[in-house]
Amino acid sequence: MALAFDEYGRPFIILKEQDQKTRLRGIDAQKANISAGKAVARILRTSLGPKGMDKILQSPDGDVTITNDGATILEQMDVDNQIAKLMVELSRSQDYEIGDGTTGVVVMAGALLEQAERLLERGIHPIRIAEGYEMASRIAVEHLEHISQKFDFGTTNIEPLVQTCMTTLSSKIVNRCKRHLAEISVKAVLSVADLERKDVNLDMIKVEGKVGGKLEDTELIYGITVDKDMSHPQMPKQIEDAKIAILTCPFEPPKPKTKHKVDIDTVEKFQTLRLQEQKYFDDMVQKCKDVGATLVICQWGFDDEANHLLMHRNLPAVRWVGGVELELIAIATGGRIVPRFQELTPEKLGRAGLVREKSFGTTKDKMLYIEHCANSRAVTIFIRGGNKMMIEETKRSIHDALCVARNLIRNNSIVYGGGSAEISCSIAVEAAADKYPGVEQYAIRAFADALDSVPMALAENSGLQPIETLSAVKSQQIKENNPHNGIDCNDVGTNDMRQQDVFETLIGKQQQILLATQVVKMILKIDDVISPSDY
Amino acid sequence: MAIERILKDDASEEKGERARMASFVGAIAITDLVKTTLGPKGMDKILQSTGRGQAVTVTNDGATILKSLHIDNPAAKVLIDISKVQDDEVGDGTTSVVVLAGELLREAEKLVAAKIHPMTIISGYRMAAECARNALLQRVVDNKENAEKFKLDLMKIAMTTLSSKILSQDKVHFAQLAVDAVMRLKGSTNLEAIQIIKKPGGSLKDSFLDEGFILDKKIGLGQPKRIENAKILVANTAMDTDKVKIYGARVRVDSMSKVAEIEGAEKEKMREKVQKIIAHGINCFVNRQLIYNFPEELFADAGILAIEHADFDGIERLALVTGGEIASTFDNPESVKLGHCKLIEEIMIGEDKLIHFSGVEMGQACTIVLRGASHHVLDEAERSLHDALCVLSQTVNDTRVVLGGGWPEMVMAKAVDELARQTPGKKSHAIEAFSRALVAIPTIIADNAGLDSADLVAQLRAEHHKEGCNAGIDVISGSVGDMAELGISESFKVKQAVLLSATEAAEMILRVDEIITCAPRKREDRM
Repeated sequence: MALAFDEYGRPFIILKEQDQKTRLRGIDAQKANISAGKAVARILRTSLGPKGMDKILQSPDGDVTITNDGATILEQMDVDNQIAKLMVELSRSQDYEIGDGTTGVVVMAGALLEQAERLLERGIHPIRIAEGYEMASRIAVEHLEHISQKFDFGTTNIEPLVQTCMTTLSSKIVNRCKRHLAEISVKAVLSVADLERKDVNLDMIKVEGKVGGKLEDTELIYGITVDKDMSHPQMPKQIEDAKIAILTCPFEPPKPKTKHKVDIDTVEKFQTLRLQEQKYFDDMVQKCKDVGATLVICQWGFDDEANHLLMHRNLPAVRWVGGVELELIAIATGGRIVPRFQELTPEKLGRAGLVREKSFGTTKDKMLYIEHCANSRAVTIFIRGGNKMMIEETKRSIHDALCVARNLIRNNSIVYGGGSAEISCSIAVEAAADKYPGVEQYAIRAFADALDSVPMALAENSGLQPIETLSAVKSQQIKENNPHNGIDCNDVGTNDMRQQDVFETLIGKQQQILLATQVVKMILKIDDVISPSDY
Repeated sequence: MAIERILKDDASEEKGERARMASFVGAIAITDLVKTTLGPKGMDKILQSTGRGQAVTVTNDGATILKSLHIDNPAAKVLIDISKVQDDEVGDGTTSVVVLAGELLREAEKLVAAKIHPMTIISGYRMAAECARNALLQRVVDNKENAEKFKLDLMKIAMTTLSSKILSQDKVHFAQLAVDAVMRLKGSTNLEAIQIIKKPGGSLKDSFLDEGFILDKKIGLGQPKRIENAKILVANTAMDTDKVKIYGARVRVDSMSKVAEIEGAEKEKMREKVQKIIAHGINCFVNRQLIYNFPEELFADAGILAIEHADFDGIERLALVTGGEIASTFDNPESVKLGHCKLIEEIMIGEDKLIHFSGVEMGQACTIVLRGASHHVLDEAERSLHDALCVLSQTVNDTRVVLGGGWPEMVMAKAVDELARQTPGKKSHAIEAFSRALVAIPTIIADNAGLDSADLVAQLRAEHHKEGCNAGIDVISGSVGDMAELGISESFKVKQAVLLSATEAAEMILRVDEIITCAPRKREDRM
């Protein structure tokens, strides 16, 4: 095995401590890898589609997460196997790139691996399979482009966007009020979107959650919420036409970075120092007041004395605001973050129409709303829900919906959902397969079969007969030459996804196929797994 | 070929039916645990903590019980979480919400066994919950316009809430206390303004509401024990050694005499500070931080009552009550708002001396002094009173009221039953199941009271078939009675929150088909 002989016939060791490592080679390695990949896909398979089920994940610390989101499930699964880790990576990259379809991509990769296993048994070389898959994926992606449709939307006509977001949300637990949430997501994305450059900065959308109330109370706030309250309990709770000074320096005596000492050796020095100190506080507050600020938001803490002075001069203040929030506030209010009191000028102040403190429930939970900002580009989605897990899951769902809306603004091509795109691709790939001479033909055909697995999983999860339903839909697509027929998950009565208004983004689908193919190719190329054995 | 292990060692995975079973069993076990505390004849639980001293809590409050449990089952954790949220959001109904969610799951288990897909059950439950809410909405009573009647409503709600607690013996007394306290808040939900002081001794009946404010502190030595027409300065400032706040400052001297000089200067500084404070024209000074002997002496000389180390809540409340502002600098006395009250005096409760501020300017805050035989009784009394206060303050904001005693559940069950009959398809089974889960609540109330629940609930159902019926279970006499006449009311907001969160939680648990438990984090032994 890992033993080689030099020219004198003496053995020498290549792998250090090799007897402590387990090693799999050749076809065994491939098979083991494939079975691991399949096992991960199997876990996610049941969460696919509108009738997909959720998973409970219990973290090492005993916290419970309930989710339907593929990326989250895999991330928290505590995976040990190397190949399984690749699948986790796969789902994560789909999440980063597209934000949605994280479950689908893993199911797709699993199906591709399953098909590859069969081909391997027939003695086809893994590299040939990988090449065949590559060709097939190119065909599929082109075909997707071909069947995709452009649709128009504008700031007034948001309906198509809302419909697409609803498709994304319908597989989550929040589908009870998917309409409401989809509208919120679309409005949020549109208000931060730069339609001319087709760019959306999702950082400008803050998603906040607070337990209590009901899901329907979730709202979109054109402004920022900060989970803080006024630094002094007696400051006003509501400020209209606020001019906000955004500071990153504490209301405390200066602490020069260089080490220094102030020596007191006489009574006079003691007294001057004292006066100096008092003046210092006074100056700081006065500076804020001088530039006309009516609200101070500070990243650091306040000294008691400074706090009282602020209160005294009728200058409400908020302390310990996080850096990210501070930045958002600065963007929203059009203010500048000021690192030193000396640099405060009236131009650097942010403006907001209304700042108010709102309290929730019976505990003293308070939040600060900053609304009607000068620059209304930053928005906040404020989620309410029955329990913590619900809020977390809603946050994830909203994230998916936001990503979908963003993708549509970037590229307004869509394909139809419900497995229709996969079925159509499968037909196209199948048809193209015959044109390829050589062994790749088999791999391409296998790819077509793998594409069928997504609609099949959809049908299975919806309680339909998978094989029967799939073959019916497939023949219908060919007969009517209509690539929009898919699985009727919700039992509406029609297979035409155009009538059901089930859309997905083109880039999302393309990315799914490309990523899945890439990972499968990578797994197929591995023929040796060396891992330290447990001891 | 052996199937590779995907997960780490010690991590476990449960799939499909087994996962569902695990969550059902966990959730139902939790329900059965708290079930017996429901209703006016519900029993209490003893909780012993694992911490040092093995402190014992005796309680009837669902949220408190569940909070103290160490649970491993994830589904059970969901239930505990909703109970906690219910506590934070409306304060009461923490047991009901868990029981209802548990009953919904119990019914769902039967349906799953009968081969109905969980998704179908969920959509049925959703329809049913919506319908139940609407049914309840139609029957709410809103006495917002009529202050007299509204106060009566509040009184009834308080009595209903308290009747299941340890305070039920003196519920009229405590309900009055709670209503008075909440009415003083004038619509704010800030319960911090209501201070609860617990003093062991005496009996629960000796508890009282004080219109003023009681601070659990002693008056400094040699200072007046009684002040009329007090002018109070509430402060948060250092009254020990007033440190130089400039970083890196330190005293370096070369002779003993200099030390004395600086000490003198320090004293002088403190004296000046005290002088400034006195210059506000006050006769009472309350500080959040310590007051050292020297300034205390100065205050005593000036005939000013100085109270040190009042905790932060106390300071805030005091500022709220007396209308003063919390001051930290004292350079411009004319613009600092002082607090006022008619009389400050030292009073005795039990054998503790407390400071009593009466005749305060702003009547918003008040103090409830609880007396009772033991710490356990007092703790439980505080929790009960807290529940009542929460419910009342929420009701003040949302004035809609429904009847109690199982009445809302029956009204909802009736409407849901109606819906089940009109709904085609498998969903109707789920809707029916929802109504059965609703009826389980009055059944449990009756069972806990040792009554014949089957008979009572059947009677109740028959009564509810008539239009506009007010029937509910009268636990005291053990029969079906008119809830409006008996004066048993509940807040609509509480009922609605119970209904919605319970459905949401049941839905969440139902959707699960796989449980993946990570390996518990290894704690490193510090030994």
